Amino acid sequence: MSVLVPRSLSEALDLLRSDPSATLLAGGTDLMVEINLHDRRPRSVVSLSRIDELKTFHVGDDVVTIGAAVPYADMEHGPLAEALPALAQAARTVGSPQIRAAGTLGGNLGTCSPAGDGLPVLAALDAVVHVVGPDGDRHIPFNDFMVGVKRNSLAGGEIIRSVSIPRSDCWQGYAKVGSRNAMVIATASLCLSRSSSSVTVALGAVGPTIIRAIDAESWLADACDLSLKVPSDVASEFADRVAASARPIDDHRSTAAYRRHAVRVLARRLLERSES
Amino acid sequence: MTKSSPPSLDYRLTVNGRPHEVQDSWIGESLLYVLRERLGLPGSKGACEQGECGSCTVVVDGRAVCSCLVLAASAVDSEITTIEGLGADQALSDVQQAFIDAGGVQCGFCTPGFVVAVHHLLSNHHDPSDNEIREALSGNICRCTGYGRILEAVREVVVRRRSS
Ligand SMILES: Cc1cc2nc3c(=O)[nH]c(=O)nc-3n(C[C@H](O)[C@H](O)[C@H](O)COP(=O)(O)OP(=O)(O)OC[C@H]3O[C@@H](n4cnc5c(N)ncnc54)[C@H](O)[C@@H]3O)c2cc1C
Ligand code: FES
Ligand code: FES
Repeated sequence: MSVLVPRSLSEALDLLRSDPSATLLAGGTDLMVEINLHDRRPRSVVSLSRIDELKTFHVGDDVVTIGAAVPYADMEHGPLAEALPALAQAARTVGSPQIRAAGTLGGNLGTCSPAGDGLPVLAALDAVVHVVGPDGDRHIPFNDFMVGVKRNSLAGGEIIRSVSIPRSDCWQGYAKVGSRNAMVIATASLCLSRSSSSVTVALGAVGPTIIRAIDAESWLADACDLSLKVPSDVASEFADRVAASARPIDDHRSTAAYRRHAVRVLARRLLERSES
Repeated sequence: MTKSSPPSLDYRLTVNGRPHEVQDSWIGESLLYVLRERLGLPGSKGACEQGECGSCTVVVDGRAVCSCLVLAASAVDSEITTIEGLGADQALSDVQQAFIDAGGVQCGFCTPGFVVAVHHLLSNHHDPSDNEIREALSGNICRCTGYGRILEAVREVVVRRRSS
């Protein structure tokens, strides 16, 4: 039984190699809740909180790379927020300041809840998840990384190193519906990115994985000239088509019908915001 | 099968500038638990133990976080500041005094978490707007005061610090 705090990624990989059942810990905002509520009793823990490489980001000309252990607080303002406004908007909606000071994208990806606020942004902006492991590095498009409710394609002994997001001059935005403003898990969420010739849309909390509304995306690109204002009837049909791609369920947070309605409203709202 | 005692951990934490030895601890203990139950620092309060209430707020390496969500044994190399580390030698800090003056303390359960969060806010922002104050305290819940007097206390600290 041990809690180890390695200083480098290679050290962390070695620790996992010698103890493949060790639990990875980043900000602890998901893991510690499970431990406190007695849902999980780790035998040993490898903390990623002291690995500098995982705590840095780089805003390049073509790509933004964000270390897996960068906290949300660092995405809310500054260079990351300027490069990726949708990520900043999503980060600002996570939990509370205390949660954003600790919680990370690596943890959001590790947990892979359909309501994870970082995930629709990664899906809409075609992010790639970079993973290191005993069998070498893997570069997994986000849309292949998440495979189900709280299931991802990480193999044993692998660590998420970073995510990279291509830079573009697209408009981008994120919006979320929940029962209150602060400290709320999404009932439905949506990220939209728009260039002069295409849109991408990703939905959170309305299906087992994050859903890209690819039919609605290509329909809109054919239905109008995206360098101009989208006519109102086209925007309405687009929102209907986005809502049709949702696969919501009834649960303790909401009904399926309300979730589908919320998706329609958010799609329309973000399309309108992209024109102002 | 013979019963074996559960394996345990020994480690050292630095709290309010002083080293503290933790012995025979279970691997999954939160920093909140260790502060209160092992180190004799019960100022940080625990209510939800799931990050929702903020009554356990402490500062770890310059960031205000929920101590219930920090795995204690992973904080071995961190600088930890708790409510006990604010204010000089048993005296109240200016934030604590302002909470009392404004009537921002009723049952007092949420108060340590709020006071730590306010100190943290004001160490980064000397003149926060009302919205910035509300945002900075949005992770702290108070069942008693209705928040008005807490906000008043924060504004009062800003004024007093400016004029001193
Ligand atoms: C009060 C509260 C409010 C919350 N509100 C929101 C919210 O509004 N929106 C939201 O999306 N989430 C929310 N969450 C959930 C949580 O904060 C996020 O999912 C966060 O991104 C988790 O990151 P972490 O670093 O704390 O993860 P941890 O708890 O440290 O880890 C989570 C999981 O990921 C694994 N992991 C972590 N890092 C890596 C890595 N680099 N490689 C491989 N596996 C890894 C861990 O082993 C663990 O299984 C909330 C949580 C709380 C307690
Ligand atoms: S006890 Fe930590 S946030 Fe409630
Ligand atoms: S004073 Fe009672 S909870 Fe805040």
